[in-house]
Amino acid sequence: MKPTTAAPIGREAIEARGWLAAHRFLILRRLSQVFFLALFLVGPMLGWRLVDGTLAGSRTLGVLPLTDPFVALQGIVAGHWPEAAALSGALIVLAVYALIGGRVYCSWVCPINPVTDAAHWLHDRFGLQKGWQPRRHTRLWLLGTVLVVSALTGTIAWEIVNPITMMHRAIVFGAGFAWALVLLVFVFDLAVSRRGWCGHLCPVGAFYGILGRKSLLRVTAARRAACDDCMDCFAVCPENHVIAPALRGKDGATPLILSPDCTNCGRCIDVCSVDVFAFTHRFDNHVEATPNPPPARAGTRAA
Amino acid sequence: MSLATSPLSPQRRRFLTDGARMAGGCLMAGSGLTWLAQDARALPANALRPPGALGEDVFLAACIRCGLCVRDCPYDTLSLARLGADGPATGTPFFTARDVPCEMCDDIPCVAACPTGALDQGLASINEARMGTAVLVDQENCLNFLGLRCDVCYRVCPVIDEAITLELSHNNRSGHHAIFAPTVHADRCTGCGKCEQACVLPEAAIKVLPVRLARGASAEHYRKGWEEMQENGGPLVDGIIDLPDRLPGPGTDNLAAPGGFEPTFKLPGAGQ
Ligand code: SF4
Ligand code: SF4
Ligand code: SF4
Repeated sequence: MKPTTAAPIGREAIEARGWLAAHRFLILRRLSQVFFLALFLVGPMLGWRLVDGTLAGSRTLGVLPLTDPFVALQGIVAGHWPEAAALSGALIVLAVYALIGGRVYCSWVCPINPVTDAAHWLHDRFGLQKGWQPRRHTRLWLLGTVLVVSALTGTIAWEIVNPITMMHRAIVFGAGFAWALVLLVFVFDLAVSRRGWCGHLCPVGAFYGILGRKSLLRVTAARRAACDDCMDCFAVCPENHVIAPALRGKDGATPLILSPDCTNCGRCIDVCSVDVFAFTHRFDNHVEATPNPPPARAGTRAA
Repeated sequence: MSLATSPLSPQRRRFLTDGARMAGGCLMAGSGLTWLAQDARALPANALRPPGALGEDVFLAACIRCGLCVRDCPYDTLSLARLGADGPATGTPFFTARDVPCEMCDDIPCVAACPTGALDQGLASINEARMGTAVLVDQENCLNFLGLRCDVCYRVCPVIDEAITLELSHNNRSGHHAIFAPTVHADRCTGCGKCEQACVLPEAAIKVLPVRLARGASAEHYRKGWEEMQENGGPLVDGIIDLPDRLPGPGTDNLAAPGGFEPTFKLPGAGQ
């Protein structure tokens, strides 16, 4: 193992660029998560009616309707065609996420993300086994199941158990026992299954993933030739199977991370000390040649 | 024949076992979710939906649980059901009449706020709302039924004298007073809950129940003869024989036949 591989995750990036720069997308993401929650909270807490409602459906400044398209879809298959407000709200959200990447919702907005991130941080801290690892596409199956149950029962089925809206509602409207569900997700990710909820099971994430299949905003490994195999990006990425095709792609293969599973969280950009990754658009295929290829590179490849 | 002998290729075998495992898992998860979904329909009897709410059978398909109706209710009547703490399906809007009834706003802001149509935009007037129906459930404790003049439920009703009236009858207990029975008329009662909230008893004698519990239903084919007769100006069927009515009194001669049969003599002291 190379020394860079063995070193703690993110050490070189912090040394090269300083702590703040090596965490900028993480910090931005946390700020964004707090921001989206605060938008909903200033109404009930301070009386400024900026955004009313919940993540399932909201109204901004009294005019702009936004609807979770997955909730709307379940309603439709359950047999209720929504009124124009909810429908246009769903279309707006649909369009935005189709553009910037569906799973941007997961990493920049969803209130469960800090919960599962915290669980994963502790999981790493304790050095736990990865545990039960169902296939990544389990969430697609669950997505299908949810739609079938919605149609069969005539209810918006996932909202009966959805920990995301449950947690959001708990914060904005009052809790009840919703916290138990959030705790369940936390414990599941901590002790039962590494990255289990967001990475394998959550049908909402699966839905948004499909939504962002052709999204414009993408991460590129344009400077992949500079990679020193520290493996830190694989360690921080919540969906680390998406990295290899772009980073380890042979000549001619696109450096773009095109998998719909990528959440555009930007942690790989943060943690790479040699700046392999960057945000770009999906038509930016260019690969940069390394200025001075590290000498050890050929050796590690052979090993 | 090569088909019969060649074993499944490892990839194919894995594909099949994976698929079967997934399908099994989804069947389990789906059954669990279906069970919860059915369970979620059990709306407790004291939980009332906002004005204009679609029937409970479709409400859970329509309401996305955004809470906009809750936010726009100026009287904080509505709230979103909290998991495990309130009875209705988690996250759906409801109110409890005894705590905070609906004030029956003229502009119905809750309905205007609903983006999905779970609260029916077609509700033109709040007087058409049917959130439930008031029922005087306990005549034995209702003060008016005891012969007193409480009248509170009647007084507070926003649809006074139409949804609720006071019906007079003789007070048999005192012998010379009247009973003013609060009487709900379901075709006008909106189910706002003001009467239940106002009832002065420690436990309300008048309660607003969901319509499904409050009301019976007349069979499709039932016709009320006296109504039909009035509409028709006579019996609907010709040649009906009007049989004599049996009247109180002794003997066999106590029949009043059509045409006015009168007994030829009256027993003294027999009443008639
Ligand atoms: S009619 Fe008015 S008081 Fe009644 S639930 Fe709607 S907003 Fe609230
Ligand atoms: S506004 Fe409509 S969709 Fe939203 S919670 Fe109320 S009834 Fe449900
Ligand atoms: S619920 Fe009571 S107060 Fe409201 S309309 Fe009906 S009888 Fe009147």
